[in-house]
Amino acid sequence: MKPTSMGQAVLIAAAVLYLVSVFFLSSPIWMGFSLNALIIAVVALSWNVTGGFGGLFSFGHAVMYGTGAYASAVLQVNYGVNAWIGLVAGIVAGAVMGAFIGAITFRFGLKGSYFALVTLAFAEVMRICASSFAFTGGGAGLQVKLDPGISTLQFQDRTVSYTLLLLVVAAVMILTAVMKNSRFGAYLIAIRENEDAARALGIDTYRIKVIAMAISGAFGGLAGVLYLQTMLYIDSTVVYGNAISVEALIGPLIGGAGTVWGPLVGTLGLHLLGEGAKHLLSNAPGLNFVLYAVVLICALRFLPQGLMGFAARIGPFRKKEEDDDNA
Amino acid sequence: MLEVRNISKSFGGLKAVSDASLDVPEGSIVALLGPNGAGKTTCFTMIAGFTKPDTGTVTFRGEDITGLAPHQICARGMIRTFQIVQPFAGLTVEENIAVGAYLHHHDRADATALARKVGKQLGMGGMLDRPAASLTIAGRKRLELARALATGAKLLLLDEVMAGLIPSEVTEIVGIIRQIRDEGHTILLIEHVMQAVMSLAETAYVLNYGEMIAHAPPKELVQDPAVIEAYLGHGAATRLQEGGHA
Repeated sequence: MKPTSMGQAVLIAAAVLYLVSVFFLSSPIWMGFSLNALIIAVVALSWNVTGGFGGLFSFGHAVMYGTGAYASAVLQVNYGVNAWIGLVAGIVAGAVMGAFIGAITFRFGLKGSYFALVTLAFAEVMRICASSFAFTGGGAGLQVKLDPGISTLQFQDRTVSYTLLLLVVAAVMILTAVMKNSRFGAYLIAIRENEDAARALGIDTYRIKVIAMAISGAFGGLAGVLYLQTMLYIDSTVVYGNAISVEALIGPLIGGAGTVWGPLVGTLGLHLLGEGAKHLLSNAPGLNFVLYAVVLICALRFLPQGLMGFAARIGPFRKKEEDDDNA
Repeated sequence: MLEVRNISKSFGGLKAVSDASLDVPEGSIVALLGPNGAGKTTCFTMIAGFTKPDTGTVTFRGEDITGLAPHQICARGMIRTFQIVQPFAGLTVEENIAVGAYLHHHDRADATALARKVGKQLGMGGMLDRPAASLTIAGRKRLELARALATGAKLLLLDEVMAGLIPSEVTEIVGIIRQIRDEGHTILLIEHVMQAVMSLAETAYVLNYGEMIAHAPPKELVQDPAVIEAYLGHGAATRLQEGGHA
């Protein structure tokens, strides 16, 4: 997780500075916006596991997010289950959904754009299902009863919500770093770089990819539950919508896919940019996505390794012996 | 150590390999020769589990491994390299070798240490921290070898590790292969560089149009009319004989 260059240190410092600034600028708008950005950062970190480290470009990560959110919401609203159990159920449901999609798509050897299209299809199918059945609230969605308290995972003080979200993001990033430096991480990266060579070196590529999808699904499901507990209301177009799938991949791609800090840096940067544009150029809805598209195209053209990859080349730190940890 | 019996593979109507058999005794270096398109690489892919033979069996260390997946075969101690080198381009040399080392060393520190050791053994000590994408062809061929060795494999299937190298590099890699064998590995190699085959292999098999046409020590093979004709065309052997130089 440590930066390897001046450039990366500056980027990470900027992200941390921004995150800390929220505590001191007592602005509700700033706070609401930052809460949202942090939830999206968790989805971005989820996408980063498969898309960044595994090179499996999903275009439907909303499927994990929505499944986590709905699993928890259905349990809480329909069965009166405790929100903490809902949280665990959301994470598990996301992981199972991820593993399921992985198991069938990889069994048939799908990769590249075919994999992207199938994940998109899964997200759409789930969106339609969620808006069709009565137990998921149909088109009206599900609303969790307002009842602040630790046992219900609802917090009236947004500073508390924000602090907890920060801790969750930190935890997911630490897990990402642990994964990256493990045997599993090395295998996943090897698959991204060259799947045939990985197979020849004794890697059960199918198994590794399915596990990666499960981990990604767990993170994605977690993000969905975080959204639910923050907003207390979900419907199918919000949590299974394409917007989430796009946000999941755009942050890591711009920040630096396959790095620990990239998804967070990219998501925060983009949200700041989108929010700024909204205020400057009237409040046209969807304008932020136009801007994202322009930024994404520029990033893919000029920063193929994302901001973290670009920053790695600015003032590299001298490498010490036995210290080969690059962010 | 390795016994291949009557393996065949067809792609549509094309018989890529038919009824090929070969034996690789433990501790030996065996070459598999043949003109372009003879089915050598297809043989390798079948032996290493990348494609399933239509018929026949592959036995490794007394165990029938026909149709097992590559990772299962690799775990049993046999590994192949690729004719077209396949480095993990975005990783450093050390990280590349470590991927192989992880097979039997689950801990990162152990795997990295082994990777460094194998890298130094193959004369790559100075480039361990360089990205694999920056290596020359010769470097990439060595990297393939290093990665394969790091898995702890006992039998290496080397697919044209010398293709595209200049003579001095060939001499170096011949030395490395001999050193690998002397450390207790067994080697089956596909090779076109005859200088290397002559000096390395104790015995060689020749494939032509998917069929084994000869099996002998390499020095005898180059005199074999069937082999000469496979390479130089029908009637070439007699013409050479008449011309007085074989």
